[in-house]
Amino acid sequence: MSKMNLTRRGVLQTGAVAGAGLALPTYLSAASHAGFTNAPTGGTVTLGFNVPQSGPYADEGADELRAYELAVEHLNGEGDGGLLNTFSSKALKGNGILGKKVEYVTGDTQTKSDAARASARSMIEKDGAIMVTGGSSSGVAVAVQALCQEAGVIFMAGLTHSNDTTGKDKKANGFRHFFNSYMTGAALAPVLANNYGTDRKAYHLTADYNWGYTTEEAVRTSTEAMGWETVGTVLTPLTQTDFSSYITPVLQSDADVLVLNHYGGNMVNSLTNAVQFGLRDRIANGKNFEIVVPLYSRLMAKGAGANVKGIFGSTNWHWSLTDEGSKQFVQSFGTKYGFPPSQAAHTCYVQALLYADAVERAGSFNPCAVGEALKDFEFDGMGNGPTLYRGEDHQCFKDVLVVKGKENPTSEFDLLEIVEVTPVSQVTYDASIFGGDLGTCNPGA
Amino acid sequence: MEAIILQILNGLDKGSAYALIALGLTLIFGTLGVVNFAHGALFMIGAFCAVTLSRIISLSHTVIDDTQTDFLGNPLKVEVPYVYDWFGQATGDAIIDWAVPLSILFAIPVMIGIGVIMERGLIKHFYHRPHADQILVTFGLAIVLQEIIKYYYGANPIPTPAPSAFTGSFDFGALMGFDAGQIIYPYWRIIYFMFAALIIGGVFAFLQFTTFGMVVRAGMADRETVQLLGINIDRRFTLMFGIAAAVAGLAGVMYTPINSPNYHMGMDFLVLSFVVVVVGGMGSLPGAVLAGFLLGIVESFASMREVLDILPGINQIIIYLVAIIILLTRPRGLMGRKGVMED
Repeated sequence: MSKMNLTRRGVLQTGAVAGAGLALPTYLSAASHAGFTNAPTGGTVTLGFNVPQSGPYADEGADELRAYELAVEHLNGEGDGGLLNTFSSKALKGNGILGKKVEYVTGDTQTKSDAARASARSMIEKDGAIMVTGGSSSGVAVAVQALCQEAGVIFMAGLTHSNDTTGKDKKANGFRHFFNSYMTGAALAPVLANNYGTDRKAYHLTADYNWGYTTEEAVRTSTEAMGWETVGTVLTPLTQTDFSSYITPVLQSDADVLVLNHYGGNMVNSLTNAVQFGLRDRIANGKNFEIVVPLYSRLMAKGAGANVKGIFGSTNWHWSLTDEGSKQFVQSFGTKYGFPPSQAAHTCYVQALLYADAVERAGSFNPCAVGEALKDFEFDGMGNGPTLYRGEDHQCFKDVLVVKGKENPTSEFDLLEIVEVTPVSQVTYDASIFGGDLGTCNPGA
Repeated sequence: MEAIILQILNGLDKGSAYALIALGLTLIFGTLGVVNFAHGALFMIGAFCAVTLSRIISLSHTVIDDTQTDFLGNPLKVEVPYVYDWFGQATGDAIIDWAVPLSILFAIPVMIGIGVIMERGLIKHFYHRPHADQILVTFGLAIVLQEIIKYYYGANPIPTPAPSAFTGSFDFGALMGFDAGQIIYPYWRIIYFMFAALIIGGVFAFLQFTTFGMVVRAGMADRETVQLLGINIDRRFTLMFGIAAAVAGLAGVMYTPINSPNYHMGMDFLVLSFVVVVVGGMGSLPGAVLAGFLLGIVESFASMREVLDILPGINQIIIYLVAIIILLTRPRGLMGRKGVMED
């Protein structure tokens, strides 16, 4: 006769082990079945919007978030449909993505690489985000792009202008719609030469970080090719607020053009200081002294006030464009929020739609399938004219806008006027010039 | 030579802001013994007093202009300031144009009020706590204040220009026999320097030549003895906190045309101002002013291209290098008193 020693603890232990053993194959099969990170299983799919909600670019981040919320609305078939009406691809039906309702989570990049990575990681690991998008800084974009590559999700960059994002730091899982420093130089230089002549001496003040270097190099190379001479380049600390001690040496130099390779608060302050020091009224080498701001944003122009009047720069998109896509986006955004969208809002909205469209065309959320659908994808109707998502570096190629501070603005949004729409052929370059290696797509899991 | 003169002017201009903030910091430290890390936030709030008054003066009502359309194609809503209705367009424009100088009158009572509320409401509870506690609580307060400003005014800089009469530059070069246009300096920066000199002189005169100031100085030297004489020194020190807040606030008001104010501007000045205070000597008012101008000039020279070509990056560390050298050679700072913060 055998005796069974059944104890409460023994039952619990045996049950726990058996339960874990039974559950394990289910867990593994779920992952292996999907074969990629955060495969959506229910009726919803989660996107991660990683934007600066605090810090110096919080206003730009708020506009990005508005655009993403609008995009989600349109993807789910709510509102007026926005750019789904004008997008050349008709894969999106307004019924979510692959029939799954789109939900989203948000993170705060704080415009700091470590904070941006932490919030992206949290959205991927805790919230199950299948794609991460957003940001207002190249440093953040490069950091989050690398994280998404490791994690096996797609990264659709927000506002990032450095050549490196799709140059030496490009990744197979990362895609950029926004233009870059090279394109700025290539678009801006001919306009500058036409307006200011080819016999000019330029002095560059450059923000001492990655974006500043690539922008200075691009503008310098392009303007020198037009015949300009660069007489001075000075790096300014990113934390600088008063640029007077950097601007006064310009008065003693041989320069007749000052190029401010600054963005955000740096640009607002350096331009304000330069105008205060009378550079706009100055005659140098027998010519009017000129100031150039390579990368403009409407939000920055607002901060600099009347100082932007007549100053050339470039931008990715502007709400005053009259193509059907731009008009539709301005209508949708303006009706919902009461003011026109910024270029940051536009690029983020478009990125969200491009991702969703790629999923629909691929028929899968698998990041490698989505990446393949985005590669060499040609589209139109999104506000920038015919656009190519180049497969070699995952950079969008489209027309670039050269703009100028408006002399007589009619409203607080009417600060820039489009001077020239530079054709895409003029800003296209060989993908190999910036080095880097896309590597292979990582589906994660 | 022209470059040197220009950098000296730059240094005096930068030094004006450093000196004004450091003066307020030293007043608070000298009277209350509190290391106030929220002082930069007071500078920032002063700047936003100018923004606020500018907005109040520009308060508008909407008029529909059927001849123009907005970005959505609807009839354009034109904002018409009430001052146009009350005083006519020319006078209204002049009032709006002079918003920053008018803000001085607005900022003084506001900043004194904020200073007194800060001192009575929070900081007085930390008088007998270690300096580390004071730094933590005032730094936390600074962050709270800047987040409040960001919530209401946004993160973007807000342009707040000087009156149009002061937007040009003065040609020092022509005055000194150099070529015209070689040594020019913006009118508003010259005004800022003169304003700073006036405020600094006013504070010193107030402390030196008034009975109130004499009592405060006595209290700074020996608080207990003054109290034993039956004088309510705490009340006077509270008011000094308010005055220090007003000095920082006025520095902020007048700074708005130089750089568009944003919620973070106080933090940009805070660390430098503490270096100024330490280099000048903790608790020394003349030391704070002297160190403010000295470090302003040193920083300006370090930003010259000729210097950067020889020592790249020196512009980012020069202030701290100078601080180290001064503290190594004069441990109490330039004009520090024995016994201050040495217990």
